[in-house]
Amino acid sequence: MAAVTLDGVTKRFGSVTAVDAVSLSVADGEFLAVLGPSGCGKSTLLRLIAGFEKCDGGVIRLGENNVSGPDVHIVPEDRHVGMVFQSYALWPHMTVAENISYPLRVQKLRGRELEREVDSALETVGLMGLADRRPAELSGGQRQRVALARCLAMKARVVLLDEPLANLDMHLRARMLSEIATFRNVSGASLIYVTHDQSEALGAADRVAVMDGGRVHQTASPAVLYRTPSNGVVSRFIGGGAVVRGEVIATFANGHATVELFGGLWQVRSAPRQGTWPAEICIRPEDLRIVDDGSGFPATVARVLYQGGRTVMEAAPATASGTTLSLSLNSSEVPAPASKIRLAVIDGWVIPNP
Amino acid sequence: MQLIPVSRGESFAFATMLGIVVLLAVVPVARLAQEALAPGGSFDAAVLARLAETPTVWRATRNTLIVSLGGVALAVALGGAFTLLVTLTNLRGKKALVFCFMLPLMIAPQVTALAWINLFGPNSTLLAAFGLAPAPGTRHPLYGPEGIILLLGLEYAPVVFLAVRAGLRALPRDLVEAAQAAGAKPWRIVRTIVLPLMMPAFAAGGMLAFVGSIGNFGVPAFLGIPAGFTVLVTLIYQRLAGFGTSVLSEAAALSLLLALLALGGLALNSWLARRRDVRVTTWTTAAPEWSLGRWRRLVEGACWGALVLVLVLPFLALLATAFVPAIGVALTSRSVTLANFHFVLLDHAATRRAFFNSATLSAAAAMMLVAVSVPLGYSLVVRRAAVLRAVSFATELPYALPGVVLAIAMILCLLRPLPLLGFSLYSTIWIILVAYLSRFLLLALRPVTNALQQVHPSLDEAARMSGARFARRLATVILPLVAPSAVAGGMLVFLTAFNELTVSALLWSSGAETVGVVLFSLEQAGDSVSAAAVAVIAVVVTLTMMLVANALASRVARGVLPWQP
Repeated sequence: MAAVTLDGVTKRFGSVTAVDAVSLSVADGEFLAVLGPSGCGKSTLLRLIAGFEKCDGGVIRLGENNVSGPDVHIVPEDRHVGMVFQSYALWPHMTVAENISYPLRVQKLRGRELEREVDSALETVGLMGLADRRPAELSGGQRQRVALARCLAMKARVVLLDEPLANLDMHLRARMLSEIATFRNVSGASLIYVTHDQSEALGAADRVAVMDGGRVHQTASPAVLYRTPSNGVVSRFIGGGAVVRGEVIATFANGHATVELFGGLWQVRSAPRQGTWPAEICIRPEDLRIVDDGSGFPATVARVLYQGGRTVMEAAPATASGTTLSLSLNSSEVPAPASKIRLAVIDGWVIPNP
Repeated sequence: MQLIPVSRGESFAFATMLGIVVLLAVVPVARLAQEALAPGGSFDAAVLARLAETPTVWRATRNTLIVSLGGVALAVALGGAFTLLVTLTNLRGKKALVFCFMLPLMIAPQVTALAWINLFGPNSTLLAAFGLAPAPGTRHPLYGPEGIILLLGLEYAPVVFLAVRAGLRALPRDLVEAAQAAGAKPWRIVRTIVLPLMMPAFAAGGMLAFVGSIGNFGVPAFLGIPAGFTVLVTLIYQRLAGFGTSVLSEAAALSLLLALLALGGLALNSWLARRRDVRVTTWTTAAPEWSLGRWRRLVEGACWGALVLVLVLPFLALLATAFVPAIGVALTSRSVTLANFHFVLLDHAATRRAFFNSATLSAAAAMMLVAVSVPLGYSLVVRRAAVLRAVSFATELPYALPGVVLAIAMILCLLRPLPLLGFSLYSTIWIILVAYLSRFLLLALRPVTNALQQVHPSLDEAARMSGARFARRLATVILPLVAPSAVAGGMLVFLTAFNELTVSALLWSSGAETVGVVLFSLEQAGDSVSAAAVAVIAVVVTLTMMLVANALASRVARGVLPWQP
């Protein structure tokens, strides 16, 4: 059964449509990331699910219950949806234990039972011994954990996370991400995780919904998103690489296609479709090879970005001016900038809806 | 209209708050406008026309503008110079300087006026002690427009200070640093960068000083009435005191004129405010401190010297008068007496009652307003909608309008028996309480809204997510976070109400005197020594309250206590 279902959810602020007919469903216990650039409407989407904003159209269901829809709006107090705010929203006048126990006290839990719940939540997030601290005495990562523990203690079946790692140091992020995964395993809750960072989304989530301009463009597992983006927005936003114009000559039942690109014919992947048509083709950095046997197409090395073991090389094909292709190379085999090379396309994906 | 979704309990609370604001702020002002423009129910310009033909009215209007604009000019000069000194230079003891500079704003104008009268008059006990007092029978040098301008300038310089300081704090530091990098010296930067950018702040401060000046009653009442120099406020007071409620329509029309002057100033101010850069910056990005070098001692000396002259000397004069048995008696170790304090606190029924009344009225108003301002402030800050901007504006009206205007509006509303209850509040102490609630609502509300604006909305949302309903969130999340500011707001209400004269001068009745009223009556009756004793007590109460409020200073939202740096 789906824990959260959105059906055509729309939210307007004045003349701006922040969320535009979004439909999504999140399974029980699933970890869904909502990925998009800032201002794409992803935070508004979370606030609609939590009930802090009213829908202008569409329906939101939590489990079987209609919580937002025409003539229905259940206030956030009654939704029992956990949220980890970007600012963590810890009450500065309460201790860590008081912050965590607040939802339980609202539910009229008292005494030993309350203590037990708080202790178990503290233990899960590894904050035993800090129960009597104030939020101001905690580090960023610790505050994050308190916010998680609060959702854990309230036993929310759905937990929303609004850019939870945005305020943390680079080196803390990977660790917190794995703690969020642990949190999911312990609580069994469905997670909806909003971020603009694709490595967070692709690395941790079961499925990723790519959002831009208020719309969800594709919802799929990270591998599917990377390999077969459904349109130009998704292919540009996910992974490095280029989107180039070419011509599909033929498609085959095994999911391959022959395309004309940079003055040559290449074999790439495609959804089956009849005929020939001009198409956009997504070329990832690992889809290109440098060749020195005279095959391939000519290009000029534009830029070389050293990144340790690997080096990113950007090259401009001679036949398509203005296009930049990037390749990921072993640092030992990088040609000099401005040198002439030849490239071969070994894989690619014909974007179905450019 | 975009409202965040809320529960029914919260909507009900909000509606109640809205009702309170309408009753306290909107109804009185509307009633006043109706009485002045349409006394019989339909528009009738007869009252206005009669006023326009009265030379006294024209003279009072002219006098009002003369003393107000003069006062504003002095306030802008003093306040501006002081702000630049304490914000841009490495002057020492800034905290103490600011505290003292703000005192004239906190001390009642009638007390200040009385102190200056006691300092310079022929009866000056202080000057007499040095043989410097003017000859008996000569006109008091401060009676008349010059004295009024001087005291208005001193009283409203702190207002300009607050406005310009806020402007300087929002001045991005890099603008100054860019000028430094271009090789400009401090004085040149002040002239070419700081002052031009601060013009809107100066204008805003000046406008607030103007609105305060035209409504000020204490200063022109003490320095103008004895000299036959009438401004609009004192004209309204004299008419009403002389002829009673029979001239209510005329008084309403006069106060509408005053209100229009004030509203003109406020409209100009908000127009300027909209053009002002309202970027919020932190203390750390504030303007740099320039070293005064070897001039520092001299400037410090000048500042403290000036403060001694305008604060300490008048207060000493007041003290001297309060401790002599009668006017004209020199203050010596043999003549010094506590009899005046004994008299006003214990023997004289009216002053004893007045202290009790003012203390109770102020405390009651403070507590009731704090209780209202937390849920009201929450509604205003957390739910931002068009109707709320109107509410916010409505709460400012009774405070921004001259006190006389509000007092007349209150009389108009409460003269007739209350509907349903069947009795009238007029000439009881309750009308003063209602007027205080209306007038000082903003003083209690603003600290709370300031504090709430510094509370991230997610703190409230996290409590909603936890399942907490409105009343619970208010009690467990909002109240603990804004409590220090709310209490500070309550103290401001108490302080202002305790020192207030303008409203109660028109609303008091026998048995319902306030401290301001008895001070005024004693001085008018020529009992200067008792008046001085009352004034000294008022000053002591004010200073005590300010120091008590200081204990809260570190926990209240910035800008709530005006005298805090």
